[in-house]
Amino acid sequence: MTGKKLESVLIIGNGPIVIGQAAEFDYAGTQACKAMREEGVRSILVNSNPATIMTDDGVADVTYIEPLTVEVLTRIIERERPDAILPTLGGQTGLNLGMELSEAGILKKYDVEMLGSSVETIRFAEDREAFKKLLEDLDEPTPLSRIVENWDDAILAKELIGLPAVIRPAYTLGGSGGGVARTDEDYAAIVRSGLDASPINQVLVEQSLLGWKELEYEVMRDGNDTCITICNMENLDPMGVHTGDSIVVAPSQTLTDREYQMLRNSAFKIIRALGIKGGCNVQFALAPRSLVEDEELVPPRSLPQYHVIEVNPRVSRSSALASKATGYPIARVAAKIALGRDLHEIENAVTQRTTAAFEPALDYTVVKIPRWPFDKFATGDRQLGTQMKATGEVMAIARTFEEALQKAIRSLEVGGRSALWERTSWLDEPYLQATDERIWALLSALRHHLNSTELSARTGIDPWFLDRLGRIVSMERVLLSSDLTPILLREAKRLGFADVDIASLAGKLPEQIRNMRLDWDVRPVYKMVDTCAAEFDAVTPYFYSTYDDENEAIPEMNERMLVLGSGPIRIGQGIEFDYCSVRAAQALRAAGVDAVMANSNPETVSTDFDTSDRLYFEPLDEEGIRDLLDNEANGDRAPASIVQFGGQTAINMAGPLHRAALPIAGSSAATIDLAEDRGLFGEILNRLDIPQPPGTIATDLEEALQAGDVIGYPVLVRPSYVLGGRAMEIVQNANEMVTFFTAALEAGVDAGTNNVLIDKFLEGPEVEVDAVCDGEIVLIPGIMEHVERAGVHSGDSVAVYPPQSLEQPQIDSIVDYTTRMALELGVKGLMNVQFVIAEEADPHGTGVFVIEVNPRSSRTVPFISKVTNIPLVNLAVNIMLGKTLTEQGFSGGLHPSMNLVAIKAPVFSMNKLTNVDTFLGPEMKSTGEVMGIDKSFAPAMRKALIASSMNILPKTPFLLSISNQTKSEATSLIRYLHESGSPLFATEGTAGLITALGIPVTIISKRLDDADKNVVELIKDGAVGAVINTLEGGRTEVRRDGFFIRRAATEMRIPCFTSLDTARVAVQAIDEDPEGSYSVLPISAYRSEDYD
Amino acid sequence: MNLANVNDLERSALLVLSDGRSFGGLARGIGSRVTGEVVFSTSMTGYQEALTDPSFAGQILTMTFPLQGNYGITDEADESERVQVEGFVVRELTDLPSHGSSVMSLNEYLTNNNILAMTGVDTRSLTRHLRSSGVLMGTITTDENLEEALFRLGSAPDYAAADHVKSVSAPLLYEFNKKDFAPGDPILGEGNNPHVVVLDLGVKQNIMRLLQSRGCRVTVVPHITLPTDILSLRPDGVLLSPGPGDPELLGDVTRSVTELVGKIPMLGICLGHQVLAKVFGAKTYKMKFGHRGANHPVIDTVSGKVHITSQNHGFAVDPDGLGADMQVTQVHLNDDSVEAMSHVTEPIFTLQYHSEASPGPNDTEFVFNEFVQFMSERM
Repeated sequence: MTGKKLESVLIIGNGPIVIGQAAEFDYAGTQACKAMREEGVRSILVNSNPATIMTDDGVADVTYIEPLTVEVLTRIIERERPDAILPTLGGQTGLNLGMELSEAGILKKYDVEMLGSSVETIRFAEDREAFKKLLEDLDEPTPLSRIVENWDDAILAKELIGLPAVIRPAYTLGGSGGGVARTDEDYAAIVRSGLDASPINQVLVEQSLLGWKELEYEVMRDGNDTCITICNMENLDPMGVHTGDSIVVAPSQTLTDREYQMLRNSAFKIIRALGIKGGCNVQFALAPRSLVEDEELVPPRSLPQYHVIEVNPRVSRSSALASKATGYPIARVAAKIALGRDLHEIENAVTQRTTAAFEPALDYTVVKIPRWPFDKFATGDRQLGTQMKATGEVMAIARTFEEALQKAIRSLEVGGRSALWERTSWLDEPYLQATDERIWALLSALRHHLNSTELSARTGIDPWFLDRLGRIVSMERVLLSSDLTPILLREAKRLGFADVDIASLAGKLPEQIRNMRLDWDVRPVYKMVDTCAAEFDAVTPYFYSTYDDENEAIPEMNERMLVLGSGPIRIGQGIEFDYCSVRAAQALRAAGVDAVMANSNPETVSTDFDTSDRLYFEPLDEEGIRDLLDNEANGDRAPASIVQFGGQTAINMAGPLHRAALPIAGSSAATIDLAEDRGLFGEILNRLDIPQPPGTIATDLEEALQAGDVIGYPVLVRPSYVLGGRAMEIVQNANEMVTFFTAALEAGVDAGTNNVLIDKFLEGPEVEVDAVCDGEIVLIPGIMEHVERAGVHSGDSVAVYPPQSLEQPQIDSIVDYTTRMALELGVKGLMNVQFVIAEEADPHGTGVFVIEVNPRSSRTVPFISKVTNIPLVNLAVNIMLGKTLTEQGFSGGLHPSMNLVAIKAPVFSMNKLTNVDTFLGPEMKSTGEVMGIDKSFAPAMRKALIASSMNILPKTPFLLSISNQTKSEATSLIRYLHESGSPLFATEGTAGLITALGIPVTIISKRLDDADKNVVELIKDGAVGAVINTLEGGRTEVRRDGFFIRRAATEMRIPCFTSLDTARVAVQAIDEDPEGSYSVLPISAYRSEDYD
Repeated sequence: MNLANVNDLERSALLVLSDGRSFGGLARGIGSRVTGEVVFSTSMTGYQEALTDPSFAGQILTMTFPLQGNYGITDEADESERVQVEGFVVRELTDLPSHGSSVMSLNEYLTNNNILAMTGVDTRSLTRHLRSSGVLMGTITTDENLEEALFRLGSAPDYAAADHVKSVSAPLLYEFNKKDFAPGDPILGEGNNPHVVVLDLGVKQNIMRLLQSRGCRVTVVPHITLPTDILSLRPDGVLLSPGPGDPELLGDVTRSVTELVGKIPMLGICLGHQVLAKVFGAKTYKMKFGHRGANHPVIDTVSGKVHITSQNHGFAVDPDGLGADMQVTQVHLNDDSVEAMSHVTEPIFTLQYHSEASPGPNDTEFVFNEFVQFMSERM
């Protein structure tokens, strides 16, 4: 070890989940805290995201859930006086904050050391010009490029470099605002948006390397200058698609040893020159074979040309993937290096007999496929490019590429699409665009149109990968035409074919294939991920299935339970469920029961081999789970499965598990089915005399129209059993019913149901509770009131604890209904209920109606657990293990309210997704969340707004474009804005209203062809600081009209409120607390009301 | 892949180990039976370099990385004139290689070189077995059952008892001067070309290439070359090469090298290192399953610096008995085995690992610079 001993370190988290920054940093931060503890260093953690494991009690020594701003961090540094900060584990957010703290002189003032990367290093890697200069000095090749800071530069750059050219904005997440320009028009548009997106208004215009191979190296270096490669990875998609949006394979498959070493040497040269102590990611482009062949003067033993594309001097998404792909815990080791340890002084946690100074050897192939949100954003631009669009990813491990790929496809959970899925339009001609559907399109092209050589020529994808896809397609043909034999079935399984696919090719039922397999003893074996290709006996129980001879995952004899994880992060199913899965594993272990974890997401804490007693990295589908349960059963009874914590993914397994007579812990499959079955559930509520909005089920349009007439518009239309309010709409009239019923039916059929729910839409405040029930009593830790009225998806709503406007009788109804429903349904474990407080009359006179019940963990569980300090997941797990709430020291009913206010605010990634409308509605759109907590409402709201980038400055000019329906309601807000000193701009109709109120307003044209000054120009000029744009209920012309306003606001990153409710609280929060006199305290201090 | 072909044309094969354990798979390459010591390598790249490494003579090599043959065979990756392994065992051997400089598939290459290989083997299971049993004699067979193969294996000569160096060393002296190799920068400047004599115990071409690219003139001599004959070539330095087998069998070579001590700078690599260890009084021993791979960490006992190295050896130096004038300077991080030695007064140093890499990391290529520097100081 070198340097002085550090006593305390401030770790900066990455904030909310957004596209480009997902759960991988929760994994990194959690590992870092663990490493600090092992090294006897006090860890102080700050993150605004309550849904993370890292912000849980006991992970760091001191935890702040506060906005990630320089001001907040400065106050934490003043209070805690850490010896150092570690910004390299908090993604780009952490790195940027570290830079800002340094530049603001805060680090110097408080004598705080920067660990991991120095300020100079970060600047080198982030400032394109400095970086390019450094690489030139190192004699490392980079593409032709030029820094551009204005339009004149841009013209010069185009002359120098030519088109196509890549535009990369400086200091942005996931390359946002960049792109590839092929035409002059593209070029102008992308350069402009890139300059806007960059906080320093700088973009790099770069020679396009479209079609080159793309490779990544994850390397580490310690203070003693020892350098190691953890993993190299090869992108199936050649250059041109963001690596976060590429299918990635580890290790590289098509590089010779000399090529592999050439790039490794380059990566080492760079990490040394940058002086990084910790992890670093280097991305390369390698000339494809066509270029090599064209080169006539290639001397023998020469190597292909390459370029260094990007360097990230920090832990990244790729390093999380590399950690899971190899078993090497990069973040943990990086944290220890930051504290002054050298690699050879750090134990290899996997083998526990070697050190961290080695390079992992893989004896399997890993495939990562990104998970994109286009199932929810049907209008979004699906084309993949330099702007990352995926929200999450899956990883699969197997002994061959084909098997790993097909397992990864199974893990994606995209509407049940297996590798066989294809669009009918692809049958006429091959579809070769790089979109989220590319892998299916490639298989389809091989099936119907092209051989691998032709396909390679047209896509730039290395033929090796396409030959492998060709082997899958050949096997499909064999399965279509031959009778199944044990040999054929085993060959198909060795190529990764799922039972369901073999069944559909062989004209059988999946269950028949399964039985055949078991009869013929064609079963997967489970092999260990051990960092060393079996060279040493490893102790880490991290397994993957594959069709080979020897099984290494012999079940332990201890009592154990399986926790089903939540799969890839997607809109509607985020990191909250990973939090719950991890807590469940911890609770099991605390109770002396072995936790077996199954998940397919490489970003998460749940797939850290330290989290459970045994980890299966597997697709979370019926085949994957039943196979691993068979293995765990070992001929005896399978352990019980916990399906409550992994979101819809896990709960959907309840039925298949039950049908296979496999035990489920907690609420039974019958209970789960009861809550999801609209008809049965309605009957129960009637019997319990609990009000719900009148509703029915329709299976065809005629029924739907009839239902609309009987119930009376507006009605809420949605398919049953789908996630995050997908295809859910508020329908105002019969015309809209025709459109939206059809959409809902389609979405439902994709998910395996043709039941569409049609309910009376009740307008009013929405309220949500999480409850835990042991079969005898029901505990409600707290009630959360939504700022937005019903109609905005609960996941996109601002939620406030404790409720600010409910009256006691309403609270009593909520508690009473929740309690009785939980008991009647037979809930054992968690339940989430959503209510609406409506004007409508109801038998109990409180206006409380039940709108949704889910017998599982919800996305608010981490939030409410952290705020109330009631460990909901632990209570639920202990109930499953047979312990009552009373035995756990809790009583039933509503837990006494804490003397604080906590607010959960949604965060969106709209600036990453072009053509997606940002208005809030019944379908969920947010990707992440933040929390603001304080002793009272205004400062808590202020912090929630700051943390979710919705904060507005006092007296900021507002642009208003208000729909007719909401105009009367808007008047009070308009007056309020005026009185608080905000200048107002408005579109024609709204301006009329404002003028009528006697308030000065500037009229702005909505017509985009109005060259003079239209709304979009106004926003782009930065003339307004916030936008309020409400819309008519339906998907009418008005929506399309306001679309450009909303997109412009998103691209300018100014708050755009589409709900008057949100706008009102945001304005009030500023007004009541203009100085921002919020507290900055550890989460525990708020809970104990220790405000000093 | 056409499955019908797999069943009709592919021959099944059996790998039988001397302890009776067997593994099934399909035969590839050519031939019906081969016998040798079964060893595993964890290197994820570089199958062609490994196959042609003379240190694998007498051995059946299994690669722990499951997919072999992905980038085919290139004209540039041979480390000797022929494939040196007895047999080759993999999980999957692809017939569909993809690389701009590939000239044939791995299977064609094995066939051309008369090598019997096996595919479809659970190589991880095999590796796990070898790591606990230690390396074993084994045989790949295509026309015997387990009992027959085991019986035959019982009378096969043991790997460690055979002098494999004899079969891989150059029969005659030659000058190494590959025209096809782009020369690097002679580190001593133009016209300053140290003459290195390589004592060939099973040398890899990359050693010569790296010397040549540093401006050296390279003469390769057979392992039985007498010290007087070596000195009469007027070399500026002698490199004792890597090679296969038990160093205890190399009594003649050890005696020759003893006579060179004090007369000339020497660098010993792998088997060459073991020979020099014996010259200075140490003994060698057979390791349980050796070090074979591209990820071996060695630590410099003085600077504390760690290098990741390429290794391929089944015997190691026991430092007990090593004279005080020969010091251990680097050890393996995992098992503390001797990785490098340096003479206190003479310009003699040794490496257990392969600083010439190929395959593997070339982090320690600087050793060749040091060797050239040593020689220049004496010129």
